[in-house]
Amino acid sequence: MLKALKLEPEKCTGCLQCEMACSYENTGAFNPAKSRIKVFTFHEEGRFAPYTCTQCDEAWCMHACPVEAIVVDMATGAKNVLEDVCVGCKVCTIACPFGTVNYEADSGKVIKCDLCGGDPWCAKACPTGAITYVDASETGMERMRSWAQQSPDAAPPRTNPPREKPLNVYLSGQGGM
Amino acid sequence: MKHVIVGAGPAGVVAAEHLRKYDPQSDVVLLSGEPEPPYSRMAIPYLLIDQIGEEGTYLRKGQDHFQSNGIEVRTDAWVEKVDPGARQLELRGGERMDYDRLLLATGARPLIPPIPGMDRDGVHTCWTLEDARRIVSRAEPGAHVVLIGAGFIGCIILESLALRKTRLTVVEQQNRMVPRMMDDTAGGLIKRWCESKGVTVHTSTKVEAVDAGNGEHPLSVKLDHGDPVPADLVIVAVGVQSNTEFLDGTGVKLDQGVLVDRHLRSSVDGIYAAGDVAQGLDFSTGEFSVHAVQPTAADHGRIAASNMAGRTQQFRGSVNMNVLDTLGLISSSFGLWMGVDGGDSVELHEPDRFRYLKLQFQDDVLVGASALGLTEHVGVIRGLIQSRVRLGGWKEKLKDDPTRIMEAYLARTQAIGHNASVLS
Repeated sequence: MLKALKLEPEKCTGCLQCEMACSYENTGAFNPAKSRIKVFTFHEEGRFAPYTCTQCDEAWCMHACPVEAIVVDMATGAKNVLEDVCVGCKVCTIACPFGTVNYEADSGKVIKCDLCGGDPWCAKACPTGAITYVDASETGMERMRSWAQQSPDAAPPRTNPPREKPLNVYLSGQGGM
Repeated sequence: MKHVIVGAGPAGVVAAEHLRKYDPQSDVVLLSGEPEPPYSRMAIPYLLIDQIGEEGTYLRKGQDHFQSNGIEVRTDAWVEKVDPGARQLELRGGERMDYDRLLLATGARPLIPPIPGMDRDGVHTCWTLEDARRIVSRAEPGAHVVLIGAGFIGCIILESLALRKTRLTVVEQQNRMVPRMMDDTAGGLIKRWCESKGVTVHTSTKVEAVDAGNGEHPLSVKLDHGDPVPADLVIVAVGVQSNTEFLDGTGVKLDQGVLVDRHLRSSVDGIYAAGDVAQGLDFSTGEFSVHAVQPTAADHGRIAASNMAGRTQQFRGSVNMNVLDTLGLISSSFGLWMGVDGGDSVELHEPDRFRYLKLQFQDDVLVGASALGLTEHVGVIRGLIQSRVRLGGWKEKLKDDPTRIMEAYLARTQAIGHNASVLS
């Protein structure tokens, strides 16, 4: 069973430990600017949202690459950038509709999440369980909605998911604090 | 079932691989008009600066990739004629080849402007690996190089030529650089940036002729105003035209390229088209146009293959988009970057920092954008445009601070954790 990062913004406190861990693991220095995962801040709502590549099946980045520098890691399902093949053309950065492939001027290459080869440091560093590494099926939309509907303060079932706010469902007993 | 694909660029290669997947029992033949293995023209600028070797430009790196996937690649195979009645191709040299389904992925070739002297030794286009080899042999450090055309392709080559330490002069007929991708403000910033890096840029200037030079430099480029520019090498990048001549008499409808419907079918039964030669559905306008960009080629190749294999799939249209690096200043444009009637926009303009971001809205939906100096999360602009996310109150927030595109996307799509279905 493939595993995937599960991101639960409602549990995020904005501590940025994930960005520290990610940058340290990938560059050897604590530098959130080089993190593959980013925490977005919604000051007015008092919310935070960790966000990174979900290794989507469509793999827009991979199909758009002109030199086969993005490949699937068969063990983890991650779409990995081969640094020695990437020419830095940046086509993947505009092709990814989720904005999770970024160009890094220092190296002249693109960077994205590679799940740390199957042991993602962001999840290990997260103190509140907002980032967990779980069976991929558990991150599915349907699963999340069914949980949401079971919880006492969830919105009533509806055909389309509500679109007013970041996902903010209460997932009882799903890890974390 | 025999699928024949004419053209071994990204659209052709992506289509071949998907055909193999969708229709495992079929024969898949990929015809390339050039002698090399399938390669990417997009990678040529990096070859010119020796960042990669020729193998680095190859679309697929494994030497036996195509063979082991059951795809027959024929190089130097130029199609002279198509006979749709007999479902046959005629190749240069007279060989005839049967097909059941034909994919035209023949791309485009550089336009040669009607200027005297284009046939002189030392005047080149920059399109093929063979062109790149010739340019490398002439563009020595210190060589005087004149680049005619500052469109997307011209600007990509511009960077390579400057990094090769040539003395570079760029001549563009229009009033700004990359006129089909950037507005006056952003195009002006790119020009100022290039000039600050030592490149001479003449906009609103026409080349009248390439004449013989004096003893020191073999060529002399005559402009419609100002002094002639001495040159050792002239590179022509004024635009491209679709490769469609071999379709004369087939009944395949042509306009800017091969007109295709929402299934990437041409007007003739059994013939499909994809990539730079195809005039396909534009997501933003609802009209049919030639995009000639890599992501569109990949989309076309995938969907054409699906339909050729009998798995009917309707194309939702591609968002036209591009990204360009001119000597470290990175620009990108998406969709209706020039705006729409009745729409509105927000602009962030920091000329001292060479930063620019313009977002175009229709109602509360993002329909286009152009950016300079933005590299973080830039793809989310595509996501916002293509998923037609209603921004609601986030439109006003973006008007206050257009850089908050990622926050707007997260807030308005609940994308977190299951974003893979946003475009489906």
